[in-house]
Amino acid sequence: MGLESALGDSLMLSKLEDAINWCRKNSLFPMPMGISCCAIEMMAFAGPRFDSSRFGSEVFRFSPRQADVMIVAGTTTYKMARVVRKIYDQMPDPKWVIAMGACTSSGGMYRTYSVVQGIDQFLPVDLYVAGCPPRPDNLLHALITLQQKIQRRESKGSTLALAGDFPQHKPKPPVVA
Amino acid sequence: METATHDIPRKTRILQALEDQHTSVSFTDPLENDLILNMGPQHPATHGVLRLLVRLDGETVIACVPEIGYLHRGYEKLAESCTYHEFIPHTDRLDYLSPLANNVAYVLAVEKLLGIEAPPRAQYLRTMIAELARISSHLMMMGSIGMDVGALTVWMWTFREREKLYDIFESLVGHRFTTSYTRIGGLVHDMTPEAESMIRKFIEDFPENLEESEKLINKNRIFIERTDGVGVISREEAIDMGVTGPCLRACGVNQDLRRTNPYLVYNKLDFDVAVFDGGDSLARYYVRLQEMKESQKVVVQLLDKMPKGEIHAFKPKKVLPKKERVYTKMEELIHDFMIVNFGVDPPVGEVYSAVEASKGELGFYFYSNGDGHPWRMKIRSPSFVNIQALPMMLRKAMISDVVAIIGSLDPVMGEADK
Amino acid sequence: MNARTLEKLNKQFGNGILESNEFRGELAVVVPPEKIVEVCRFLKEDPDLRFEMLADLFGLDMYSPVKRFGVVYNLYSLKNHHRIRIKTFVEESHPHVQTVTGVWSTANWHERETFDMFGIVFDGHPDLRRIYMPDEFEHYPLRKDFPLMGIPGSLYLPKK
Repeated sequence: MGLESALGDSLMLSKLEDAINWCRKNSLFPMPMGISCCAIEMMAFAGPRFDSSRFGSEVFRFSPRQADVMIVAGTTTYKMARVVRKIYDQMPDPKWVIAMGACTSSGGMYRTYSVVQGIDQFLPVDLYVAGCPPRPDNLLHALITLQQKIQRRESKGSTLALAGDFPQHKPKPPVVA
Repeated sequence: METATHDIPRKTRILQALEDQHTSVSFTDPLENDLILNMGPQHPATHGVLRLLVRLDGETVIACVPEIGYLHRGYEKLAESCTYHEFIPHTDRLDYLSPLANNVAYVLAVEKLLGIEAPPRAQYLRTMIAELARISSHLMMMGSIGMDVGALTVWMWTFREREKLYDIFESLVGHRFTTSYTRIGGLVHDMTPEAESMIRKFIEDFPENLEESEKLINKNRIFIERTDGVGVISREEAIDMGVTGPCLRACGVNQDLRRTNPYLVYNKLDFDVAVFDGGDSLARYYVRLQEMKESQKVVVQLLDKMPKGEIHAFKPKKVLPKKERVYTKMEELIHDFMIVNFGVDPPVGEVYSAVEASKGELGFYFYSNGDGHPWRMKIRSPSFVNIQALPMMLRKAMISDVVAIIGSLDPVMGEADK
Repeated sequence: MNARTLEKLNKQFGNGILESNEFRGELAVVVPPEKIVEVCRFLKEDPDLRFEMLADLFGLDMYSPVKRFGVVYNLYSLKNHHRIRIKTFVEESHPHVQTVTGVWSTANWHERETFDMFGIVFDGHPDLRRIYMPDEFEHYPLRKDFPLMGIPGSLYLPKK
């Protein structure tokens, strides 16, 4: 929440906020929470063919304290949910969450006793990516949509602080097809 | 790397060292406790969600307890409510680095239960995709062991090769990754000529491309020092722990299900089984490298010997009929309806069928009581058993070797946790 | 090979072998739970048979009023490249079986998994605790009376 709380509510804030959002969106360092099969497509998304670093995500930061966006890729079980939440809590604001794949959006093809039916039951999600697993191009499209969302000052969850006290900015999470 | 000072009791050693320093501070053994390190489920270097609790004495590992279950999705319970056909997409997600091999393994087990056999062309195609899946999985292992040791270029180059394989799968099956290509009694659809030419081109260029990546690490002194003599497991221990696959062949045991209990068309093919001595990480790496080269030879032979013909067996009540006939003829419509809704009609009994997947012996056990869905299905996953041997491999290793050892063991958690 | 194995088993144990059958070329033998360690040790150490590798060990819920739970042992011989399946059945009221970790060390995790999924207790196991579900989970998922979707509230989920 750094800059907003330091500068307070001033007239110059809106132009400055656009500039800050531009900086933030072009340097999103993802933290890969690669749990299962979607993690392989996420590695391909970082790999040589579908290069994510040309969109600003230069490195995959494995430490939550150094990352901006958490890409949850893979089926989240109840046993793993505790761990994911703990790591999400360790990320500093502003932070975003991309739910990659069918398993994180809604439990996917596993309607069983040990799979959480969608990570939005315990995490605030900004973007859902459909597919099982989604192609890396799909994930690139999701990254670009998230960047556009940040520029438009819309966000959900803990990044509500990003919009400051502007009540006309209603957060709505887009679904990426 | 043994230190001779392990013989002297630690308490005396520490106090001795402190007293020699002429210090006036006195304390009662603050360094008495060992450090218990949690390499948590979220870690860049453990392959998937594996949690390791490691007890350290300085930098040496004394004991290790792996904890799994973070990806337990309930497959076996799910199979009890799915028909045999409906479970095929789930088998892709087991060993998600080589999904085609799992499809083949599952369908072979169901066909053994039903007592049917796929036609020759389907068998040749299934062998070919199983070998391509093995190449894909071993390329990933090569990339990740390079990355674990510190050589990131190897990972990038093997991923480039894997992307070519993904293009082949996309042209052959329709999806890069989770394919569900096999069906009971055959395959979904035949191989098109363009897919065949893509496979031919890939497999012709594969030896030189592999050699490029090989040259980077095979003679690299850092790689050899980090893997040679590290993570040793002896032959008797490996057999006792039930380890199978490349990890067992790296201990000098000549055991490969493709040779000893042949299935599909492996008994008509000419290939060698890669066996190395030593039981350390370097031997495991060499076994997989050699296996990739043998798989390349096998695919070339299969492409030359592939017969023409049907890819579906003609068994009306057990194999799904062709779509054109379903829409035009009456019996096929009825059979299609019965098979999709009530399942294939298996006899009462139990079977177990295993194949040599890229990680080891992948087996499916069915207990059927005549219904369209199995009463009990058990997946014998190789990674589950291989991870159990991990504490033995980590004896007397350094903390920085842990990552290289896990990389050489190559576990896949989707399979270990089912 | 199947006939030879069955003959040796019958000669050694006689009445110990309750029944045996062959289906699709595989031999399956049923033994009573008290004799399981003896049978496994015999099969492993016999110089001709040498079933050195335990490929798999798992549970089976027959959902019958008598002898509800079964434990299945899948053995493989490296020398003869041959498989055999041993089964024992226990009652629901007393689901205890002797552990075979003394014969093959790989049985350790397999028995933990069977305990986790069915609730069959292995006497003499060095470390019997849950392996897939969290430790505080109270039910046994693969039993036939446990629903596929689970019991709501049985697993902890963090708050949003």
